[in-house]
Amino acid sequence: MRTLSYAQAAALALQEAMQTHPHIVALGEDLGRGGVFGQYRSADGRCLAELFGSQRIIDTPISEATIMGAGVGMALAGLHPVVEMRVADFALCAIDELVNQAAKNRFMFGGQGRVPLIARLPIGIWTASAAQHSQSFEAWFAHIPGLVVVAPATPQDNYGLLKASLASGDPVVYMEHKELWGLQGEVDTQATAELGKCRVAFDEGEGRDLTVVSWSRQVHVCVDAARELAASGVRTRVLDLRTIWPWDREAVLAAASASGRLLVVHEAVQAAGFGAEVAATVAEHTGARVARLGAPRIPVGYAPTLEAESRINAAQVVQAARRLLAH
Amino acid sequence: MNELLDLYRTMVRIRAFEDAAEAASQGGVSWGGAATEGAEVRVKGPLHLSTGQEAVAAGVCAHLHARDLLTSTHRGHGHTLAKGADPARMMCELFGRASGYNGGKGGSMHIADFSVGMLGANGVVTAGLPIAVGAAHGLKIRGEDAIAVSFFGDGAINRGPFLEALNWAQIYRLPVLFVCEDNRISATTQSAPMTAGEQAASARAQALGIPAVQVDGNAALAVSEAARKLIEEIRAGSGPRLLHALTYRLKGHVSVDPASYRDPAEVAQALKNDPIVLARERLQAQGLGEQAAQIEREADEEIAAAVATASAAPLPPPEAAYSDVVSIGEGAWT
Repeated sequence: MRTLSYAQAAALALQEAMQTHPHIVALGEDLGRGGVFGQYRSADGRCLAELFGSQRIIDTPISEATIMGAGVGMALAGLHPVVEMRVADFALCAIDELVNQAAKNRFMFGGQGRVPLIARLPIGIWTASAAQHSQSFEAWFAHIPGLVVVAPATPQDNYGLLKASLASGDPVVYMEHKELWGLQGEVDTQATAELGKCRVAFDEGEGRDLTVVSWSRQVHVCVDAARELAASGVRTRVLDLRTIWPWDREAVLAAASASGRLLVVHEAVQAAGFGAEVAATVAEHTGARVARLGAPRIPVGYAPTLEAESRINAAQVVQAARRLLAH
Repeated sequence: MNELLDLYRTMVRIRAFEDAAEAASQGGVSWGGAATEGAEVRVKGPLHLSTGQEAVAAGVCAHLHARDLLTSTHRGHGHTLAKGADPARMMCELFGRASGYNGGKGGSMHIADFSVGMLGANGVVTAGLPIAVGAAHGLKIRGEDAIAVSFFGDGAINRGPFLEALNWAQIYRLPVLFVCEDNRISATTQSAPMTAGEQAASARAQALGIPAVQVDGNAALAVSEAARKLIEEIRAGSGPRLLHALTYRLKGHVSVDPASYRDPAEVAQALKNDPIVLARERLQAQGLGEQAAQIEREADEEIAAAVATASAAPLPPPEAAYSDVVSIGEGAWT
């Protein structure tokens, strides 16, 4: 076991995969110097470009559409590209290339081509970065047939899920959280992760009172809330979805059936968020009472007071849980 | 072998294929209206014909190998045929049959034959250019002895990815040929008043340091000669090149578009400049009229057989709609 940051864990996964698979390349802005967040820098501080050269860690112009489109072309020419978008917000400049080209290629051409492309789209509120650097778009991409959507919450998962994504052969929207880059954690490099399987992040007692489903940074907030609830005797199980599409429907339905109450919590705007999909599915298939908690439908503001309006904190999770338990 | 006869064969096959596809699409969709159902309608949905532009596809693809990669536009039948695809499997795809190249999942707008390096027609203007530079980049990284080619129209040069892709190709010195099929119209709007600068496709490439050559896109031998030279340079490691072929689209944007927004005098003149008419006149002047006629008969027979094959082929089963989506959670809609 090694202690690594969330960013270093992903870099290690990429480094190991690139050593084993000569067809993996990474491309994006600022990769040569290790990526904007150091996510292309190995645990010993060296840039992956030093290890693999500029032919495989490719510094690109600020051309999001072509970074993504070229990734599609590279994939069709036999490479496995990791496409870096700096922040998910900028991937909107490459939306045709991701949604119309990468996601559709395999189906539209009748399976003649595959696009094993990883689009790294860092999501989430990034303190004081305001409305264009703080968004969480996972629901948009979960909506698009042809895409796999992954959102790791821990260094261990950022290691394991990136490796699993690289091996999947499908286009993967890989969403890391910008405020998790520095999160330290133990990483077992022998452990493997499976896409589509959730993780129990917290399980106090039998977990029979309440099931909380979350992902990405919000998992940690939900665990804090679950601890607080436990102190007052509420037994909560927190499931970290880890993969938004496909999501671990069976595990969530089983947990929600057992507890009879489900709360979905995410950082993204609540309206039309992925929480609605989880809540609706649970309502359709179990007798459980469901509730959602996400951000209000406002752009993320700059001033701390405004930004805080978009942040879901543990106290709000506790309050939402108590409301749900009261009925 | 006479080069013009070879080019003529490619052009005539494209024309025959598209004429047959158009005939099979009558009543399939109305311009600005809903599709009408009918058993006789075998090609449904928008059908974008390249009638009048065949010399560009033929002249460029004459110098490509199956290992060279190609991206195309929504008007891609000619490129696909010229790259070496089988017209019967293409027709099956246009008819939505399981035996089509895309298993009936793509149709005309997404026609592709990856086995000959044709990576697909594309429903989004300009979208093929970034894919082509990525393909060229991939070929370069893999050390493969092949190039990429991207066909696009004059309308495409006004979208951002055009600039991005050309810049990208030039900074990495990629083996890619950009081919602008300048048919003077962007869907149903004249391109000139929508485009800043003169000879904009060439000029914009040259501004980025990419050599560009203009050619009469209706003169098959001229296109072929220009393409041959540029492709040789690219294979020798020159980096990207652009071929700006001036041509004309003889039909509407889609097969049911009467293109009444055009000046009839312009169309009459363009018909005289039909690349197939020009090539045939030249072949006749060379005493090769009978060979040309033989090529026409063979093309008609080949395409009639393709239509017969496609007409008899079964549609894909409904469950095929769930395959080739993703491998993880494939088919799951819940």
